[in-house]
Amino acid sequence: MKIMTCPLNGPRNISEFAYGGEVKELPAPGCDNETWVDYVYLQENLAGVVKEWWYHTPTAFWFIAERDTRTDTILKTYAASEVFKERVDFAAGDKE
Amino acid sequence: MPFGLLKFGLSKGHPVPRALPAASELRDSYDVVIIGGGGHGLATAYYLARDWGITNVAVLEKGYVGGGNTGRNTTIIRSNYLTPEGVKFYDESVTLYKDLANDFDMNIMYSERGHFTLAHTDSAIRTMRWRAEVNKHMGIESELVMRDELQRMVPQLNYSEDVRYPIMGALYHAPGAIARHDAVAWGYGAGAARRGATIHQKTEVTGLEITKANGSPRRVTGVHTNRGTIRAGKVIQCVAGMSGEVARMAGFKLPIKTIPLQACVSQPLKPFLDAIVVSGSLHVYVSQSSRGELVMGGSTDPYGVYMTRSTLDFKEGLMMHMMELLPFIGEVKLLRQWAGMTDMTPDFAPIMGETPVDDYYIDAGWGTWGFKATPVVGKRNAEMLATGKVPDLIKPFALQRFHDFTLLGEKGAASVGH
Ligand SMILES: Cc1cc2nc3c(=O)[nH]c(=O)nc-3n(C[C@H](O)[C@H](O)[C@H](O)COP(=O)(O)OP(=O)(O)OC[C@H]3O[C@@H](n4cnc5c(N)ncnc54)[C@H](O)[C@@H]3O)c2cc1C
Repeated sequence: MKIMTCPLNGPRNISEFAYGGEVKELPAPGCDNETWVDYVYLQENLAGVVKEWWYHTPTAFWFIAERDTRTDTILKTYAASEVFKERVDFAAGDKE
Repeated sequence: MPFGLLKFGLSKGHPVPRALPAASELRDSYDVVIIGGGGHGLATAYYLARDWGITNVAVLEKGYVGGGNTGRNTTIIRSNYLTPEGVKFYDESVTLYKDLANDFDMNIMYSERGHFTLAHTDSAIRTMRWRAEVNKHMGIESELVMRDELQRMVPQLNYSEDVRYPIMGALYHAPGAIARHDAVAWGYGAGAARRGATIHQKTEVTGLEITKANGSPRRVTGVHTNRGTIRAGKVIQCVAGMSGEVARMAGFKLPIKTIPLQACVSQPLKPFLDAIVVSGSLHVYVSQSSRGELVMGGSTDPYGVYMTRSTLDFKEGLMMHMMELLPFIGEVKLLRQWAGMTDMTPDFAPIMGETPVDDYYIDAGWGTWGFKATPVVGKRNAEMLATGKVPDLIKPFALQRFHDFTLLGEKGAASVGH
């Protein structure tokens, strides 16, 4: 069994978690289509150390994990609040 | 028998002639360089030589031919997809497959079994009916069969109501087939080599030479390998799970995630299961090989890695559901388990054709469904490389569709069914 350490719940079986995609910079509100294409579809898909969103399903907790995709090892996990410190104002683009 | 063996050992017929010529030096330059010696790359070289007389061609394979997903898949061949674009395309492949053994003069053990995609819910029945209608409209044998009829056709399954997902019916596709995947790779490889193409194994592409204009990539002119640099007229990448890494060398990103797909076989059993059985709700599929092994698999791993390791989680998840379908399987031992690195697209359709770099073409996004496409891919890639025009049949699969928001929506027909 592979174990992942949840920042909220500690070490748990990896089957309790769901993968949530690469951590990417959120496009600025009102950006052009190509920026959305990049954000929504295109992948780094790196053979190496990656930074990704993960989700602990039973407790509905999102966090960030760093993994090496060449060796299937989890290097570290931490709460998203360590990276995202400010609230995003999603309505800002509509106001322009 | 012992004398026959002795005679053979002493005869000139031993060792048997090799299918692929011995390793040769790389030339300085090729008209076409094909990156990846799986079924797709080899078939491309084969049809370039056979149909277009283009033989100054190198297939560069970092390992051995057919050692990638071509030699790891569970060989389901069918054309009962969901989108008209997909159905038309896979139908051409099935037609080519039927003739392949003659073409190669080699038995690829193509075996039509009938393909059943089980439905366990009302919504699945609805999707099956939709698929059957699209298929029939395109001239494909495909129909919905309800439970009683299904039970007569595939009596081996467990039709009890006393399970998590009772069987309600199935989409039945009579031409659904399996074949010997190694023979497909070798047949294409040997046929290409016999006509003059060169196949270089243990030759890894490590970079690309691309001219730049105004700082952005323009045209590919050469390929760097672990055995030196070669010049190339045209280059195509056919590298499955490594698609993202190789595209990065060419300077563009793909809408592809590399995720392992695992499979396994049981110990050989007496022949009892002629059909290919798939269940999307249970995430399993099973067929019996000509050696008697049950070939079993499911959906891709829950997250991506660049490895072909096997996991216990996969086996547990698979067997939990297999025991619902075929309860006796609890008594059967597993013989082998393995994985391949699949190149998954968000719409479960491939990516074929031109790229942002001139003379650089792509054949990727084959995920868990590309073995059945091997012949049509080779044929149409060859046409594209020879004529410089993208054939109509593969235009819907352009990389550009992600930039135009014209995705294909093949998930319903391709996810677990492959
Ligand atoms: C377990 C499993 C089950 C499957 N079941 C089915 C099925 O039932 N039906 C179906 O239709 N499809 C199925 N598939 C999908 C199918 O196997 C693939 O889509 C198909 O084989 C892809 O063929 P290919 O030639 O593109 O790739 P591959 O056969 O993987 O060939 C790519 C080659 O590129 C080489 N390569 C990579 N990087 C480099 C480099 N830098 N330089 C040189 N060479 C390089 C690799 O070594 C490899 O040999 C399955 C896949 C798996 C893993």
